[in-house]
Amino acid sequence: MGRFIARRLLFGVVVLFVISLAVFVLFFVVAPGDPAANFVGKSPTPEQIQQAKVRYGLDKPVPEQYLQYVGRLLHGDLGYSFRNAEPVRKTLLDRLPATASLAGGAAVVWLLMGIPIGILAATKPRSIRDRLATVFALGGLSIPPFVAGLLLLYFLYYRLSLNGLDIFPASGYVPLTQNPFEWARHLILPWFALALVTAASYSRITRGSLLEVLGEDYIRTARAKGLSERRVIYRHGLRSALTPVVTLLGIDVGTLLGGAIVTEVVFGLQGIGQNAIVAVSTGDLPVIFGTVLFAAFFIVIANILVDIAYAVLDSRVRLA
Amino acid sequence: MTIIAADELAEGRPPASPDSQPPAQRIEGRTPLQLAWARLRRDKVSIFCLFVIVLLVLSAVFAPVLTGWIGHGPNEQYRDIGLSPEGLPQAPNGTFWLGTDDLGRDILSRIIYGTRVSLLVGVLATALAVLVGLAVGTTSGYYGGKVDTFLSRTMDVFLSFPFLLFAISLVSVFQPSLKISIFVIAFFTWSNVGRIVRGQVLSIREKEYIEAARSLGAGDFRIMTVDVIPNLVAPLIVYSTLLIPTAIVFEATLSFLGLGVVPPTPTWGNMISESLSTYLQAPWFVFFPSLALFIATLAFNLLGDGLRDALDPRAARVLARK
Repeated sequence: MGRFIARRLLFGVVVLFVISLAVFVLFFVVAPGDPAANFVGKSPTPEQIQQAKVRYGLDKPVPEQYLQYVGRLLHGDLGYSFRNAEPVRKTLLDRLPATASLAGGAAVVWLLMGIPIGILAATKPRSIRDRLATVFALGGLSIPPFVAGLLLLYFLYYRLSLNGLDIFPASGYVPLTQNPFEWARHLILPWFALALVTAASYSRITRGSLLEVLGEDYIRTARAKGLSERRVIYRHGLRSALTPVVTLLGIDVGTLLGGAIVTEVVFGLQGIGQNAIVAVSTGDLPVIFGTVLFAAFFIVIANILVDIAYAVLDSRVRLA
Repeated sequence: MTIIAADELAEGRPPASPDSQPPAQRIEGRTPLQLAWARLRRDKVSIFCLFVIVLLVLSAVFAPVLTGWIGHGPNEQYRDIGLSPEGLPQAPNGTFWLGTDDLGRDILSRIIYGTRVSLLVGVLATALAVLVGLAVGTTSGYYGGKVDTFLSRTMDVFLSFPFLLFAISLVSVFQPSLKISIFVIAFFTWSNVGRIVRGQVLSIREKEYIEAARSLGAGDFRIMTVDVIPNLVAPLIVYSTLLIPTAIVFEATLSFLGLGVVPPTPTWGNMISESLSTYLQAPWFVFFPSLALFIATLAFNLLGDGLRDALDPRAARVLARK
């Protein structure tokens, strides 16, 4: 187990290294234009650009620049924003609670929708309710998150507020520590917008994997022992059927922690993703950089956790 | 009436040209694809989706003709009749069947033109991703060993990219355009195809007919192209059909974030993005482009689902009927 985790961690470090290299090459080598121009104000003089080059080490050879950049990264220094000169790390950490609240809450909602629908479908394959579950799944897969968000906003915010029912606010984020009730009220619509779309794949995966498990011998044994159907499905079947769900969950949450860009933009949540969009539109390179690496970090960690969870949940998996 | 058992499908060779038919009643050998088509034809949902997709393709191809009939170009601004006195979009009416947008343009015409971008991006990005994924996946699975380790690790790295985030930064560096959208989408999907192909090739390369081909002196390249890849046709058809809607949504997302095809080119994502300031007063402005997006992606998703059933030889169904 220890060796396995060590190997996975090592590979994770390699992945982060490759991504940092890709990002660096993309912005400082491939990108058209002089990166130094970003560090000075609008319409700079050549002298100002030259000064910026020297100051930020951009006059040095590219490989050396990269090493400097990695060196700073290893100290946890992601640089400073061009726009407001704030340390990028601070910005990202400030924005993380909103994004994490969105991702975590939405995950709870989509699990509560997706898994039961998957179970209902798998326990009666080819029945009407199985078909309805398929319709739900394919419909959900076909709705882009921003469409789901806009529709929820139109019907549950705007139409309700026209009738004097201000139940859901349109946008904004209230920290959990400040007011838990307002926190949840501001997040309900984003949670559902994200979850409706994501629950679809969870119901499909639960259905597929539970169907497969229910066909196995040990389930027949359990039934032959005279266990109730409920016990067979929930105790014996579901345990191994949920392994792929855990995998998917880890990766989805890991990805979302790096910014649920579309949902944050639609609902005006000041999270990491929204910040990234602002950074992209203003050419704020250090912030884009930092966000990509930050997001990749979460994905890598999620992948490692998923692999470990796999081994713990499913005794058939051998760690190699 | 011929009865062909499903296990004949497992033969695995893709269709050659249909046999020339001598007269009289002869038992017709049907290729796997013909069999799959026969199955698909009985699946009403899939056929309906196919019909919808054909309609979408036709409206993309004949967009100028269709909008000519409607009489409103996609970028013509009817500021006098297309906007209310307060400057808000007009609701659907006899002149503008699906209403107008914030600049007084006909939403229907713009949706029809938007089909072009969506389908083009969906199909081209998928084709590119499948091509690269096929090449890398086949090489990786066929050679195994160090080549496999390197290529599958590369695919793992690609799968660890925060892709939407990286995609928007890529687009922002290279300036948004149709070409860059296609490239970016393919860039982040090929590794999914590669993984699937690799898995399939790993099992195919152990088959006896591969050994037979090798003992007859066939080279690696010939074995890969003649004996291995044709066996991947079925899963690739299914997977491509399911990738197209993903690519369409991806493109719409980029457009929605202002990083897709540059306005005023009508795309569904652009339209939804443009509707943001007025859609609460003019819900049709967001509703119809969203509906178009939903119908297109749903049609491809349902068809992919049907194709999976039709092309899967393990779905033990006995086929009758001519």
